[in-house]
Amino acid sequence: MADEAKDLIRRDPNHDGVDRRGFLTCMAWAGTGLMCVMQGGVLESFAMGLDPAREKRARSGELAFVQISDSHMGFNKAANPDVAATLQTTIDRINALPVTPEFVLHTGDITHLSKTQEFDTVQQMLKGLRTSTVHFVPGEHDVLSDNGAEYRDRFGQGASGHGWYSFDQKGVHFVGLVNVVDLKAGGLGQLGREQLEWLENDVRGLKSSTPIVVFAHIPLWSVYPEWGWGTEDAEQALGYLKRFGSVSVLNGHIHQTMQKVEGNVTFHTAMSTAFPQPAPGSAPSPGPMVVPAGKLRSVLGITDVQLAKGSHSLAVVDHSLESDAKS
Amino acid sequence: MRRAFVPIAMLAGIASLLLAGNHGRMVRAAADPPAKVSISIDNFSFTPNSITVAAGTTVVWTNQDDVPHNVTNPSKEFKSPTLDTGERWEFTFKKTGTFDYYCTIHPQMTGKVIVQ
Repeated sequence: MADEAKDLIRRDPNHDGVDRRGFLTCMAWAGTGLMCVMQGGVLESFAMGLDPAREKRARSGELAFVQISDSHMGFNKAANPDVAATLQTTIDRINALPVTPEFVLHTGDITHLSKTQEFDTVQQMLKGLRTSTVHFVPGEHDVLSDNGAEYRDRFGQGASGHGWYSFDQKGVHFVGLVNVVDLKAGGLGQLGREQLEWLENDVRGLKSSTPIVVFAHIPLWSVYPEWGWGTEDAEQALGYLKRFGSVSVLNGHIHQTMQKVEGNVTFHTAMSTAFPQPAPGSAPSPGPMVVPAGKLRSVLGITDVQLAKGSHSLAVVDHSLESDAKS
Repeated sequence: MRRAFVPIAMLAGIASLLLAGNHGRMVRAAADPPAKVSISIDNFSFTPNSITVAAGTTVVWTNQDDVPHNVTNPSKEFKSPTLDTGERWEFTFKKTGTFDYYCTIHPQMTGKVIVQ
Protein backbone atom coordinates (compact mmCIF):
# COMPACT_ATOMS: atom_id res chain seq x y z
CA MET A 1 0.00 0.00 0.00
CA ALA A 2 2.78 2.38 0.93
CA ASP A 3 4.45 1.67 -2.40
CA GLU A 4 1.31 2.62 -4.27
CA ALA A 5 1.12 5.94 -2.46
CA LYS A 6 4.79 6.60 -3.25
CA ASP A 7 4.24 5.93 -6.92
CA LEU A 8 1.58 8.60 -7.12
CA ILE A 9 3.54 11.35 -5.46
CA ARG A 10 5.75 12.39 -8.31
CA ARG A 11 7.48 15.43 -6.87
CA ASP A 12 8.02 15.59 -3.15
CA PRO A 13 10.80 18.16 -2.67
CA ASN A 14 9.80 18.93 0.90
CA HIS A 15 9.52 15.26 1.87
CA ASP A 16 6.15 15.83 3.41
CA GLY A 17 4.07 13.70 1.05
CA VAL A 18 2.61 16.71 -0.71
CA ASP A 19 2.74 16.92 -4.49
CA ARG A 20 2.11 20.59 -5.09
CA ARG A 21 2.97 20.95 -8.72
CA GLY A 22 2.26 19.17 -11.93
CA PHE A 23 -0.03 16.30 -12.77
CA LEU A 24 -1.22 13.83 -10.25
CA THR A 25 -2.84 11.06 -12.21
CA CYS A 26 -5.42 9.20 -10.21
CA MET A 27 -6.18 6.01 -12.11
CA ALA A 28 -8.64 3.67 -10.50
CA TRP A 29 -7.41 0.21 -9.69
CA ALA A 30 -9.44 -2.62 -8.32
CA GLY A 31 -9.91 -2.89 -4.61
CA THR A 32 -8.39 0.42 -3.50
CA GLY A 33 -9.28 4.07 -3.60
CA LEU A 34 -7.20 7.19 -3.72
CA MET A 35 -8.06 9.98 -1.37
CA CYS A 36 -7.09 13.45 -2.43
CA VAL A 37 -7.59 16.13 0.16
CA MET A 38 -7.21 19.78 -0.55
CA GLN A 39 -6.34 21.87 2.46
CA GLY A 40 -6.47 25.59 1.76
CA GLY A 41 -5.37 25.14 -1.85
CA VAL A 42 -2.66 22.56 -1.26
CA LEU A 43 -3.32 19.04 -2.38
CA GLU A 44 -2.48 16.09 -0.22
CA SER A 45 -2.99 12.59 -1.43
CA PHE A 46 -2.74 9.25 0.23
CA ALA A 47 -3.95 5.76 -0.53
CA MET A 48 -6.86 4.66 1.56
CA GLY A 49 -6.01 2.28 4.35
CA LEU A 50 -2.61 3.85 5.13
CA ASP A 51 -3.61 6.27 7.87
CA PRO A 52 -7.04 5.41 9.23
CA ALA A 53 -7.19 8.33 11.67
CA ARG A 54 -6.39 10.89 8.98
CA GLU A 55 -8.80 9.19 6.65
CA LYS A 56 -11.53 9.29 9.26
CA ARG A 57 -11.01 13.01 9.83
CA ALA A 58 -11.21 13.63 6.10
CA ARG A 59 -14.28 11.43 5.74
CA SER A 60 -16.35 12.80 8.60
CA GLY A 61 -17.14 15.88 6.61
CA GLU A 62 -20.14 18.12 6.79
CA LEU A 63 -20.97 17.84 3.13
CA ALA A 64 -20.75 14.68 1.05
CA PHE A 65 -21.76 14.29 -2.58
CA VAL A 66 -20.98 12.03 -5.50
CA GLN A 67 -20.07 12.79 -9.10
CA ILE A 68 -20.96 10.37 -11.88
CA SER A 69 -20.47 10.97 -15.59
CA ASP A 70 -20.85 9.73 -19.16
CA SER A 71 -23.60 7.14 -18.74
CA HIS A 72 -24.17 7.21 -22.55
CA MET A 73 -27.57 5.50 -22.35
CA GLY A 74 -28.19 4.04 -25.81
CA PHE A 75 -24.60 2.98 -26.52
CA ASN A 76 -24.37 -0.73 -27.27
CA LYS A 77 -21.10 -1.46 -29.06
CA ALA A 78 -18.20 -3.73 -28.13
CA ALA A 79 -16.74 -1.51 -25.42
CA ASN A 80 -19.92 -2.14 -23.36
CA PRO A 81 -23.02 -3.78 -24.84
CA ASP A 82 -25.06 -3.10 -21.68
CA VAL A 83 -24.55 0.40 -20.29
CA ALA A 84 -27.78 0.13 -18.28
CA ALA A 85 -26.29 -2.74 -16.28
CA THR A 86 -23.15 -0.77 -15.39
CA LEU A 87 -25.29 2.26 -14.52
CA GLN A 88 -27.28 0.05 -12.17
CA THR A 89 -24.05 -1.17 -10.58
CA THR A 90 -23.08 2.49 -10.17
CA ILE A 91 -26.36 3.27 -8.41
CA ASP A 92 -25.90 0.27 -6.12
CA ARG A 93 -22.33 1.40 -5.41
CA ILE A 94 -23.53 4.87 -4.41
CA ASN A 95 -26.25 3.42 -2.21
CA ALA A 96 -23.61 1.30 -0.45
CA LEU A 97 -21.35 4.23 0.48
CA PRO A 98 -20.67 4.52 4.23
CA VAL A 99 -21.70 8.19 4.17
CA THR A 100 -24.91 8.84 2.21
CA PRO A 101 -24.29 11.66 -0.26
CA GLU A 102 -26.56 14.68 -0.09
CA PHE A 103 -26.87 14.79 -3.86
CA VAL A 104 -25.34 13.43 -7.04
CA LEU A 105 -23.73 15.52 -9.78
CA HIS A 106 -23.93 14.10 -13.31
CA THR A 107 -21.34 15.81 -15.50
CA GLY A 108 -22.98 14.98 -18.82
CA ASP A 109 -23.29 12.58 -21.74
CA ILE A 110 -26.30 11.27 -19.90
CA THR A 111 -27.52 9.80 -23.21
CA HIS A 112 -25.68 8.63 -26.29
CA LEU A 113 -27.95 10.05 -29.00
CA SER A 114 -30.17 12.58 -27.15
CA LYS A 115 -33.16 10.27 -27.70
CA THR A 116 -36.28 10.63 -25.57
CA GLN A 117 -36.26 7.01 -24.40
CA GLU A 118 -32.59 7.32 -23.43
CA PHE A 119 -33.32 10.31 -21.19
CA ASP A 120 -36.37 8.46 -19.80
CA THR A 121 -34.34 5.36 -18.95
CA VAL A 122 -31.67 7.27 -17.06
CA GLN A 123 -34.16 9.36 -15.10
CA GLN A 124 -36.15 6.27 -14.23
CA MET A 125 -33.06 4.36 -13.09
CA LEU A 126 -31.72 7.24 -10.99
CA LYS A 127 -34.94 7.10 -8.95
CA GLY A 128 -33.33 4.02 -7.38
CA LEU A 129 -30.79 6.26 -5.64
CA ARG A 130 -31.32 6.77 -1.92
CA THR A 131 -30.30 10.33 -2.60
CA SER A 132 -33.23 11.97 -4.33
CA THR A 133 -31.42 15.01 -5.69
CA VAL A 134 -29.39 14.83 -8.90
CA HIS A 135 -27.90 17.92 -10.56
CA PHE A 136 -26.97 17.69 -14.25
CA VAL A 137 -24.93 19.47 -16.86
CA PRO A 138 -25.16 18.33 -20.51
CA GLY A 139 -22.51 16.62 -22.58
CA GLU A 140 -22.23 16.99 -26.36
CA HIS A 141 -24.22 13.74 -26.74
CA ASP A 142 -27.17 15.31 -24.89
CA VAL A 143 -27.65 18.28 -27.22
CA LEU A 144 -27.74 16.55 -30.62
CA SER A 145 -31.35 17.46 -31.32
CA ASP A 146 -32.30 21.16 -31.60
CA ASN A 147 -29.33 22.46 -29.62
CA GLY A 148 -30.41 20.81 -26.37
CA ALA A 149 -34.08 21.75 -26.13
CA GLU A 150 -35.08 18.36 -24.74
CA TYR A 151 -32.20 18.42 -22.24
CA ARG A 152 -33.32 21.84 -20.99
CA ASP A 153 -36.96 20.75 -20.78
CA ARG A 154 -36.00 17.96 -18.44
CA PHE A 155 -33.12 19.41 -16.42
CA GLY A 156 -33.06 23.12 -17.12
CA GLN A 157 -35.61 24.45 -14.61
CA GLY A 158 -34.20 27.56 -13.05
CA ALA A 159 -31.18 27.54 -15.34
CA SER A 160 -30.14 30.27 -17.77
CA GLY A 161 -29.07 30.20 -21.41
CA HIS A 162 -28.06 26.71 -22.50
CA GLY A 163 -28.54 25.39 -18.99
CA TRP A 164 -26.01 26.99 -16.62
CA TYR A 165 -26.88 27.63 -12.98
CA SER A 166 -25.54 27.79 -9.45
CA PHE A 167 -26.66 26.80 -5.97
CA ASP A 168 -25.34 26.82 -2.43
CA GLN A 169 -25.15 23.95 0.00
CA LYS A 170 -23.64 24.12 3.49
CA GLY A 171 -21.58 27.15 2.64
CA VAL A 172 -20.17 25.71 -0.60
CA HIS A 173 -21.05 27.47 -3.85
CA PHE A 174 -21.72 25.10 -6.76
CA VAL A 175 -21.67 26.28 -10.38
CA GLY A 176 -22.88 24.14 -13.29
CA LEU A 177 -21.50 25.29 -16.65
CA VAL A 178 -22.35 24.26 -20.23
CA ASN A 179 -19.41 24.04 -22.63
CA VAL A 180 -20.81 21.72 -25.32
CA VAL A 181 -23.07 23.99 -27.38
CA ASP A 182 -22.22 26.11 -30.49
CA LEU A 183 -18.81 24.52 -30.85
CA LYS A 184 -16.68 25.92 -33.66
CA ALA A 185 -14.88 23.88 -36.30
CA GLY A 186 -11.47 22.65 -35.26
CA GLY A 187 -12.14 23.89 -31.76
CA LEU A 188 -12.52 22.69 -28.22
CA GLY A 189 -15.32 23.11 -25.72
CA GLN A 190 -16.65 26.64 -25.34
CA LEU A 191 -18.42 28.63 -22.64
CA GLY A 192 -19.33 31.72 -24.67
CA ARG A 193 -19.65 35.38 -23.79
CA GLU A 194 -23.14 35.25 -22.29
CA GLN A 195 -22.23 32.47 -19.88
CA LEU A 196 -18.95 34.13 -18.89
CA GLU A 197 -20.75 37.36 -18.08
CA TRP A 198 -23.28 35.41 -16.04
CA LEU A 199 -20.47 33.66 -14.15
CA GLU A 200 -18.68 36.92 -13.38
CA ASN A 201 -21.87 38.29 -11.84
CA ASP A 202 -22.74 35.07 -10.09
CA VAL A 203 -19.57 34.96 -7.96
CA ARG A 204 -19.09 38.69 -7.57
CA GLY A 205 -20.73 39.02 -4.15
CA LEU A 206 -19.16 35.94 -2.56
CA LYS A 207 -16.47 36.08 0.12
CA SER A 208 -13.12 34.79 -1.07
CA SER A 209 -13.22 32.18 1.68
CA THR A 210 -16.27 30.49 0.14
CA PRO A 211 -15.32 27.07 -1.27
CA ILE A 212 -16.32 26.90 -4.93
CA VAL A 213 -17.12 23.76 -6.91
CA VAL A 214 -17.48 24.17 -10.67
CA PHE A 215 -18.80 21.30 -12.74
CA ALA A 216 -18.95 21.04 -16.55
CA HIS A 217 -18.73 18.25 -19.09
CA ILE A 218 -15.59 18.98 -21.11
CA PRO A 219 -12.44 19.57 -19.02
CA LEU A 220 -11.80 23.20 -18.17
CA TRP A 221 -8.07 22.69 -18.55
CA SER A 222 -6.08 21.62 -21.56
CA VAL A 223 -5.85 17.85 -21.14
CA TYR A 224 -5.25 17.01 -24.82
CA PRO A 225 -6.38 19.58 -27.40
CA GLU A 226 -5.74 17.25 -30.36
CA TRP A 227 -8.70 15.21 -29.15
CA GLY A 228 -10.85 18.19 -28.22
CA TRP A 229 -10.10 17.66 -24.52
CA GLY A 230 -10.12 21.28 -23.36
CA THR A 231 -12.21 24.47 -23.34
CA GLU A 232 -11.32 27.52 -25.48
CA ASP A 233 -12.35 30.24 -23.05
CA ALA A 234 -11.90 28.49 -19.71
CA GLU A 235 -9.05 30.86 -18.79
CA GLN A 236 -11.50 33.73 -18.57
CA ALA A 237 -13.81 31.77 -16.30
CA LEU A 238 -10.94 30.75 -14.05
CA GLY A 239 -9.88 34.39 -13.92
CA TYR A 240 -13.14 35.24 -12.12
CA LEU A 241 -12.38 32.51 -9.58
CA LYS A 242 -8.74 33.41 -8.97
CA ARG A 243 -9.40 35.23 -5.70
CA PHE A 244 -11.13 32.28 -4.00
CA GLY A 245 -9.20 30.19 -1.50
CA SER A 246 -10.56 26.84 -2.64
CA VAL A 247 -11.82 26.05 -6.14
CA SER A 248 -12.56 22.52 -7.28
CA VAL A 249 -13.37 21.82 -10.92
CA LEU A 250 -15.16 18.55 -11.66
CA ASN A 251 -15.40 17.41 -15.27
CA GLY A 252 -16.18 14.32 -17.35
CA HIS A 253 -15.93 13.69 -21.10
CA ILE A 254 -12.59 11.85 -21.14
CA HIS A 255 -13.82 8.66 -19.42
CA GLN A 256 -10.81 8.35 -17.11
CA THR A 257 -9.67 10.02 -13.93
CA MET A 258 -7.12 12.77 -14.16
CA GLN A 259 -6.18 15.48 -11.74
CA LYS A 260 -4.23 18.72 -11.78
CA VAL A 261 -3.50 21.38 -9.22
CA GLU A 262 -2.83 24.97 -10.18
CA GLY A 263 -2.59 27.36 -7.26
CA ASN A 264 -5.87 27.23 -5.39
CA VAL A 265 -7.66 25.30 -8.14
CA THR A 266 -7.91 21.52 -8.22
CA PHE A 267 -9.15 19.97 -11.46
CA HIS A 268 -10.53 16.46 -11.44
CA THR A 269 -12.14 14.34 -14.15
CA ALA A 270 -14.35 11.33 -13.47
CA MET A 271 -14.55 7.85 -14.92
CA SER A 272 -17.51 6.98 -17.10
CA THR A 273 -20.21 4.58 -15.94
CA ALA A 274 -20.42 3.21 -19.51
CA PHE A 275 -17.03 2.65 -21.19
CA PRO A 276 -13.39 3.75 -20.86
CA GLN A 277 -11.40 5.80 -23.34
CA PRO A 278 -7.67 5.64 -24.07
CA ALA A 279 -5.07 7.75 -22.32
CA PRO A 280 -4.15 10.91 -24.27
CA GLY A 281 -2.23 10.10 -27.45
CA SER A 282 -2.09 6.38 -26.73
CA ALA A 283 -4.53 5.45 -29.51
CA PRO A 284 -5.41 6.83 -32.96
CA SER A 285 -8.59 8.43 -31.62
CA PRO A 286 -10.45 9.06 -28.34
CA GLY A 287 -13.28 6.59 -29.03
CA PRO A 288 -14.66 3.83 -26.82
CA MET A 289 -11.90 1.48 -25.70
CA VAL A 290 -12.47 -2.25 -25.50
CA VAL A 291 -10.82 -3.85 -22.45
CA PRO A 292 -10.39 -7.57 -21.70
CA ALA A 293 -13.51 -9.32 -20.46
CA GLY A 294 -13.75 -9.06 -16.69
CA LYS A 295 -11.77 -5.82 -16.57
CA LEU A 296 -14.59 -3.46 -17.61
CA ARG A 297 -15.92 -2.74 -14.14
CA SER A 298 -12.47 -1.83 -12.85
CA VAL A 299 -12.22 1.10 -15.30
CA LEU A 300 -15.71 2.48 -14.66
CA GLY A 301 -16.66 4.26 -11.48
CA ILE A 302 -17.84 7.14 -9.31
CA THR A 303 -16.20 10.06 -7.53
CA ASP A 304 -17.02 10.54 -3.87
CA VAL A 305 -16.46 14.08 -2.56
CA GLN A 306 -16.61 15.30 1.01
CA LEU A 307 -16.05 18.66 2.62
CA ALA A 308 -13.93 18.12 5.70
CA LYS A 309 -15.29 19.62 8.87
CA GLY A 310 -13.73 22.84 10.08
CA SER A 311 -11.73 23.58 6.95
CA HIS A 312 -12.31 24.35 3.32
CA SER A 313 -10.86 21.17 2.03
CA LEU A 314 -12.66 18.74 -0.24
CA ALA A 315 -11.73 15.08 -0.04
CA VAL A 316 -12.06 13.48 -3.49
CA VAL A 317 -12.08 9.69 -3.72
CA ASP A 318 -12.46 7.70 -6.94
CA HIS A 319 -14.11 4.31 -6.55
CA SER A 320 -14.18 1.86 -9.43
CA LEU A 321 -17.26 -0.31 -9.81
CA GLU A 322 -15.09 -3.24 -8.82
CA SER A 323 -13.85 -1.91 -5.47
CA ASP A 324 -15.06 -3.46 -2.28
CA ALA A 325 -18.32 -1.78 -1.30
CA LYS A 326 -17.25 -1.87 2.34
CA SER A 327 -14.29 0.53 1.82
CA MET B 1 -23.24 -4.97 -77.88
CA ARG B 2 -22.01 -1.46 -77.09
CA ARG B 3 -22.07 -0.46 -80.74
CA ALA B 4 -25.84 -0.87 -80.96
CA PHE B 5 -26.37 1.63 -78.16
CA VAL B 6 -24.04 4.28 -79.45
CA PRO B 7 -26.42 6.15 -81.72
CA ILE B 8 -29.07 6.43 -79.00
CA ALA B 9 -26.47 7.55 -76.47
CA MET B 10 -25.24 10.15 -78.95
CA LEU B 11 -28.75 11.49 -79.37
CA ALA B 12 -29.15 11.70 -75.60
CA GLY B 13 -25.73 13.30 -75.41
CA ILE B 14 -26.64 15.96 -77.91
CA ALA B 15 -29.91 16.58 -76.14
CA SER B 16 -28.22 17.09 -72.80
CA LEU B 17 -25.62 19.30 -74.48
CA LEU B 18 -28.35 21.55 -75.82
CA LEU B 19 -30.23 21.58 -72.54
CA ALA B 20 -27.20 22.15 -70.36
CA GLY B 21 -25.73 24.79 -72.63
CA ASN B 22 -22.23 23.41 -72.20
CA HIS B 23 -21.00 24.58 -75.55
CA GLY B 24 -17.82 22.97 -76.74
CA ARG B 25 -17.55 20.57 -73.81
CA MET B 26 -17.59 16.81 -74.00
CA VAL B 27 -20.53 15.44 -72.12
CA ARG B 28 -21.04 11.95 -70.81
CA ALA B 29 -23.64 9.81 -72.49
CA ALA B 30 -26.91 9.94 -70.57
CA ALA B 31 -26.62 6.16 -69.97
CA ASP B 32 -23.76 6.78 -67.48
CA PRO B 33 -25.07 8.27 -64.24
CA PRO B 34 -22.85 10.83 -62.45
CA ALA B 35 -20.38 9.17 -60.09
CA LYS B 36 -20.84 9.32 -56.33
CA VAL B 37 -17.83 10.03 -54.18
CA SER B 38 -17.54 8.27 -50.85
CA ILE B 39 -16.08 9.63 -47.67
CA SER B 40 -15.60 7.34 -44.71
CA ILE B 41 -16.04 8.56 -41.15
CA ASP B 42 -13.91 6.47 -38.81
CA ASN B 43 -11.56 6.98 -35.88
CA PHE B 44 -12.79 10.54 -35.41
CA SER B 45 -11.74 11.59 -38.90
CA PHE B 46 -13.10 12.07 -42.41
CA THR B 47 -11.24 10.05 -45.05
CA PRO B 48 -10.35 11.37 -47.56
CA ASN B 49 -10.04 14.60 -45.67
CA SER B 50 -10.07 16.86 -48.70
CA ILE B 51 -11.64 16.05 -52.07
CA THR B 52 -12.06 17.86 -55.36
CA VAL B 53 -15.16 17.10 -57.41
CA ALA B 54 -17.05 18.40 -60.40
CA ALA B 55 -20.23 20.41 -59.86
CA GLY B 56 -23.20 18.10 -59.72
CA THR B 57 -21.33 15.35 -57.91
CA THR B 58 -23.01 13.65 -54.99
CA VAL B 59 -20.81 12.99 -51.97
CA VAL B 60 -21.79 10.18 -49.59
CA TRP B 61 -20.55 10.13 -46.01
CA THR B 62 -20.77 6.80 -44.16
CA ASN B 63 -20.17 6.59 -40.41
CA GLN B 64 -18.09 3.53 -39.63
CA ASP B 65 -17.01 4.77 -36.22
CA ASP B 66 -18.55 3.46 -33.03
CA VAL B 67 -19.78 6.88 -31.92
CA PRO B 68 -22.21 9.23 -33.71
CA HIS B 69 -20.96 12.06 -35.92
CA ASN B 70 -22.41 14.68 -38.22
CA VAL B 71 -21.37 16.67 -41.28
CA THR B 72 -21.91 20.40 -40.86
CA ASN B 73 -20.92 23.34 -43.03
CA PRO B 74 -20.26 26.47 -40.90
CA SER B 75 -21.89 28.67 -43.57
CA LYS B 76 -25.07 26.59 -43.33
CA GLU B 77 -24.90 25.32 -46.94
CA PHE B 78 -25.43 21.76 -45.70
CA LYS B 79 -25.91 19.90 -42.44
CA SER B 80 -26.50 16.21 -41.92
CA PRO B 81 -28.61 14.73 -39.16
CA THR B 82 -26.80 12.82 -36.41
CA LEU B 83 -25.31 9.70 -38.02
CA ASP B 84 -25.01 6.66 -35.80
CA THR B 85 -22.73 3.74 -36.68
CA GLY B 86 -23.56 2.41 -40.16
CA GLU B 87 -25.72 5.37 -41.14
CA ARG B 88 -24.97 7.40 -44.24
CA TRP B 89 -25.89 10.78 -45.66
CA GLU B 90 -25.37 12.35 -49.03
CA PHE B 91 -25.30 15.83 -50.51
CA THR B 92 -25.12 16.93 -54.13
CA PHE B 93 -22.76 19.83 -54.69
CA LYS B 94 -24.31 22.01 -57.38
CA LYS B 95 -22.35 25.20 -56.72
CA THR B 96 -18.62 25.60 -57.28
CA GLY B 97 -16.40 26.73 -54.47
CA THR B 98 -14.62 25.39 -51.38
CA PHE B 99 -16.88 23.98 -48.70
CA ASP B 100 -15.42 23.34 -45.25
CA TYR B 101 -17.29 21.08 -42.93
CA TYR B 102 -16.86 19.60 -39.46
CA CYS B 103 -18.55 17.42 -36.88
CA THR B 104 -20.30 19.66 -34.34
CA ILE B 105 -20.12 16.90 -31.72
CA HIS B 106 -16.35 16.48 -32.10
CA PRO B 107 -15.29 19.80 -33.61
CA GLN B 108 -11.66 18.82 -34.05
CA MET B 109 -12.90 16.62 -36.97
CA THR B 110 -12.76 18.73 -40.11
CA GLY B 111 -12.88 18.14 -43.86
CA LYS B 112 -13.19 19.98 -47.13
CA VAL B 113 -14.96 19.58 -50.46
CA ILE B 114 -13.63 21.61 -53.39
CA VAL B 115 -16.13 21.86 -56.22
CA GLN B 116 -14.90 22.85 -59.66
